[in-house]
Amino acid sequence: MDPRIRDDFPILSRTVNGRSLVYLDSAATSQKPSAVIEAESRLYRESYANVRRGVYTLAAEATDLYEGARAKVAALIGAKADEVVFTHGTTEALNLAAWALGETRVGPGDEILVTEMEHHANLIPWQEAARRRGASLRAVTVAPSGELDLGDFRKKLSPRTKVVALVHVSNVLGTVNPVRQVADAAHAVDAVVVVDAAQSVPHMPVGMGELGADLVAFSGHKMLGPTGIGVLWGRREVLRELPPLITGGEMIREVWLDRAMWDDPPARFEGGTPPIAQAAALGAAVDYLQTLGMDEVRMHGHELTTRALDGLAARPYVQVYGPRDPVARGALVAFNLKGIHPHDVATLLDGEGIAIRAGNHCAQPLHRRLGAPATCRASFYVYNTADEVQAFLAALDRVWKALG
Amino acid sequence: MSGYEEVILDHWRHPRNKGRLPEATGSAVEANPLCGDVVRMEVKVQDGWVAAVRFSGEGCAISQAAASLLTEIVQGKPAAEAAGMKDEELLAALGGVVRTRLTCALLPLRALRKALGPKEAER
Repeated sequence: MDPRIRDDFPILSRTVNGRSLVYLDSAATSQKPSAVIEAESRLYRESYANVRRGVYTLAAEATDLYEGARAKVAALIGAKADEVVFTHGTTEALNLAAWALGETRVGPGDEILVTEMEHHANLIPWQEAARRRGASLRAVTVAPSGELDLGDFRKKLSPRTKVVALVHVSNVLGTVNPVRQVADAAHAVDAVVVVDAAQSVPHMPVGMGELGADLVAFSGHKMLGPTGIGVLWGRREVLRELPPLITGGEMIREVWLDRAMWDDPPARFEGGTPPIAQAAALGAAVDYLQTLGMDEVRMHGHELTTRALDGLAARPYVQVYGPRDPVARGALVAFNLKGIHPHDVATLLDGEGIAIRAGNHCAQPLHRRLGAPATCRASFYVYNTADEVQAFLAALDRVWKALG
Repeated sequence: MSGYEEVILDHWRHPRNKGRLPEATGSAVEANPLCGDVVRMEVKVQDGWVAAVRFSGEGCAISQAAASLLTEIVQGKPAAEAAGMKDEELLAALGGVVRTRLTCALLPLRALRKALGPKEAER
């Protein structure tokens, strides 16, 4: 990765506590290049109107940008445009999936299968669906290696399983799960496969065909795009059978006082005025990533993660969570300094302008399994450099000296 | 590294009045499930005074140091005064706490106020 791309991200030139910002929390949300910031403001300045319904020029221009963004996202993930539903984020996308599948596929006595490494966004919607439908929720265990226990998965998968919901890349362990293998097994018992791809789509080439899932959720703001927009991709025939979560304007074909007829996907799932400016900006983010090339993005993340893992493993006072092999990981590392609370580590690093995450990363059951109430997490993206990883590792030594 | 104030480091490394207080007349636990901080404050109130106070728990340096420092501050004070202690007083005694960590610093004070509930303050 050419380090000059840092100049594209205005925020990276600011200082924090008198030091150059080292932003290592892209797994929570990514920073934005000027192209994205400007695409959003350009829409408001030049082409803003509501989409789809207006017959005037401005409305047509805004609609082109909105639908154009859908086409760009579809191209990024090797999908068809009408399989891309815009939501307000991964959480809403997963709530839509859980609600709609709950309505159509899950009944009393059925089972929904998740994993112990889910982000709360891919856990609680399924808890609610199971509760509503009188079904039970089961969870595949995570092995000590930080990988999914596939033996446990096969044991828990049964003809009663109606949905298998799992994360593609864990936001804590970094584990890249074998979604294809899981999906093939799940499809053999006619279960629908839902994937939380919030940590994978921004960081690596992910083709919907190869992935093998039925519904896949991810966020714009973790892939250089704005907040307020996310995606639920769905296999066409799966989307067609699902009812909408949000009802109202824009999502219907014909309405009577006592009933209404849903529009086809994706409009069926986009009730109300959608995030128009955010879509235009997401389109710009996808353009930016495509210009870099997703293979290059993946390689850069891998390189930085390898450096971080090597550096952390070389420090006896550090415990690393998740797979040791960087090839089996996304671009993030969770760790702890022995006997030091993660919040203390994060606060002291912040004093040096280094932003890392500390907490349970919306994965409390996983942290219970790890036996740690909280962890530190450093995550990397296209704008991070090897020097920043070095600065982070050197700062950890100073934290250890101060508190260890 | 700018680091923590010396008072925080000192109380974290050498906690005062840490342990259980079997003769406690009041006790309360406050926790922050988001980060795992847990502080239990136990007080013995006698004739309206804080005769003894101990803390126990686990968590970050700030929450544990604040608990330790708090026990020193309120020991031997009128119970009503201890219960009425303001957030700012504890934060100042800690030498100032960054705003992202106020919850940690104030966890022990919340526990103390509960332990010194209305019933305890009158005792």
